[in-house]
Amino acid sequence: MAALNIKKGATSHSAYDLRDTHSDVESSHTLAVIVDNEAGVLARVIGLFSGRGYNIDSLTVAEIDHKGHRSRITIVTRGTMAVVEQIKAQLGRIVPVHAVIDLTTEAQPVERELALFKVQGTGEKRVEALRLADIFRANVVDSTLESFVFEVTGTPEKIDAFAELMRPLGLVDVARTGVAALSRGI
Amino acid sequence: MSRQMTGAEMVVQALKDQGVDTIFGYPGGAVLPIYDAIFQQNDIRHILVRHEQAAVHMAEGYARSTGKPGCVLVTSGPGATNAVTGLTDALMDSIPLVVFSGQVPTFMIGTDGFQEADTVGITRPCTKHNWLVKDADKLAEVIHQAFHVATSGRPGPVLIDLPKDVQFATGTYTGPKQARTENYQPKVKGDIEAITRLVELMETAARPIFYTGGGVINSGPAASQLMCELVDATGFPITSTLMGLGAYPASGKNWLGMLGMHGLYEANLAMHDCDLMINLGARFDDRITGRVSDFSPKSTKVHVDIDASSINKIVRVDLPIIGDVGHVLEDVLKVWKARGRKVNKEGLAKWWGRIEEWKKVRCLAYAGSETVIKPQYALERLEALTKGRDRYITTEVGQHQMWAAQFLHFDAPNRWMTSGGLGTMGYGFPASIGVQIAHPDALVINVAGEASWLMNMQEMGTCSQFRVPVKQFILNNERLGMVRQWQDLLHGGRYSQSWSESLPDFTKLAEAFGWKGIVCSDPKDLDDAIMEMLEHDGPVLFDCLVEKHENCFPMIPSGKPHNEMLLSADAEAFSSGAALV
Repeated sequence: MAALNIKKGATSHSAYDLRDTHSDVESSHTLAVIVDNEAGVLARVIGLFSGRGYNIDSLTVAEIDHKGHRSRITIVTRGTMAVVEQIKAQLGRIVPVHAVIDLTTEAQPVERELALFKVQGTGEKRVEALRLADIFRANVVDSTLESFVFEVTGTPEKIDAFAELMRPLGLVDVARTGVAALSRGI
Repeated sequence: MSRQMTGAEMVVQALKDQGVDTIFGYPGGAVLPIYDAIFQQNDIRHILVRHEQAAVHMAEGYARSTGKPGCVLVTSGPGATNAVTGLTDALMDSIPLVVFSGQVPTFMIGTDGFQEADTVGITRPCTKHNWLVKDADKLAEVIHQAFHVATSGRPGPVLIDLPKDVQFATGTYTGPKQARTENYQPKVKGDIEAITRLVELMETAARPIFYTGGGVINSGPAASQLMCELVDATGFPITSTLMGLGAYPASGKNWLGMLGMHGLYEANLAMHDCDLMINLGARFDDRITGRVSDFSPKSTKVHVDIDASSINKIVRVDLPIIGDVGHVLEDVLKVWKARGRKVNKEGLAKWWGRIEEWKKVRCLAYAGSETVIKPQYALERLEALTKGRDRYITTEVGQHQMWAAQFLHFDAPNRWMTSGGLGTMGYGFPASIGVQIAHPDALVINVAGEASWLMNMQEMGTCSQFRVPVKQFILNNERLGMVRQWQDLLHGGRYSQSWSESLPDFTKLAEAFGWKGIVCSDPKDLDDAIMEMLEHDGPVLFDCLVEKHENCFPMIPSGKPHNEMLLSADAEAFSSGAALV
């Protein structure tokens, strides 16, 4: 932009911006995609990622407005800024897509994920698992004499950390919801 | 206007309300109710094709030559899968189509029923949007929305999958005005601040160039007119992609010819050396840019496109303007005139001086022959003998297509129909039928290669049935010429599978379908033979036997920059090597 002498953000009110997208560094981006909840809409979004060779690290979908039939798809993807800009533009031209929000670029978003962990064990290992679960503010949602199911909520990093700790203590199964995210503030 | 009717009747009523006069199609079990509704009316003409792929190409030809959406009706399963190539072609070239496919009844979907295919699944990535309609009450609205989506923003093909029970069911018809379309309203006005920046750049640029594409034609005739006004008023040189030919007249004084892989030397070098590139409705396709890292290294790049995803997709631009080319050009002209119609006259004069030097290379020169018809010569004669007529040209894909783009000249938009993005062999013949049906009194010529032409030759029957007088001008070199050329230049001359074996006798083939067949192999007979083709009132199959080993130049080999162009041995600069910089 230097050659052109255009102020950064000079056209910030338009449909595009002049942010520098030229960097080879890959980064993780959390995108919120607001769509009409119609048949096949998720396939369109996923097909776009597979068809054009983009990555999906995590995906969550649910209807957020039952009356208006609107769903929110939260996608965690990875790529250079140019690729992420392209992903956003490609998502934006899908007919039932109403909005694409790059939460990572706009501000550090609030990100939460819920996970269930089944841990099998007896004796000292079982006690240790329960003690760690307490530290992570995990809830016990099922219990037998030989197993627990813990429910953990937090950032994906926190859930990864909990999984690492549970592995030597008899972790047998995990289910994760994927990331739900909102921007901070108003 | 709430009326009760069956789903099948709604299809016909909605087509009428959308102003459709022609539909291309092929019947089958899952669309019988719609065919029954078509039988009982006379407003919409149905063109019975011989293969569904051809129906879609015909609709493309119809759409591109009229600016209206093309309509297709096919049955479920194989009918729909046969349409996939045409849909992909239309998506790549941004052609508005509305395709209706039959589907097994809703209660049978998912049971692997007879002629069942997951049509919306298969066509999802090759349509702009598609719908499976399960409720007759929603059908009419979906059809009107489909026309809206196909023709708004960046145009493209859409498909509506219609289960047979929905065609039989009775529901309430919704008129086009009642259909909700507010959810899809692409932005057409460009940002005025960005447009003002563009004008500022235009005022000072020393080596500007307009690089224009199919978007100008898709935007409508008014966009082409505005562009011509701007180009002529500024005196900037203009080049175009294969898709954009005709938007600026080839006889215009600022015209450089087509750019790209087989584009003209002067056009490609001007792109390489310019200091301001103004891209109007083109998308930096790889056949245009060559090696991206060396693409026009010294220029400030401005990109006007209605599709935000085209911006920065291949080439990073300095000034993006998202909007419809026609609307943006209107504002550019307004601002440029209001600021005093300034250009850098001194810079421009020097720039044109350099361009004139490049033109002296005569990059399209070829060695003539008195014994064998050179394909370039055949097209030069075709151009000379059809100039000034109400003429439309379609092409197949390959060498003949590039020669046609180089040697035929277009002075108006919507006169040139070719498969650009997908490069579909077999496109041109059916496309020419679609064009001729839209323009019954015009001269419609498909410039073809014999190999491409054979891919949809079954449509000869369609021409005979509907008395479609298209002229099929086949440059027959008994080779897959472009494949052969690449094998010649890049694979050590090992011509693997690139010849046309066991060709039919084209004149007898013509007779078999009630056509006129003409064969010509001597340059001395060519003019008379072309005239005979033009004067015949009916379809003609012209078998023009041409030089078998001609290569198409100039050529930028894949992955090379614009200034490393290969030139013909007959071009002026070849022997000195100067042209190869």
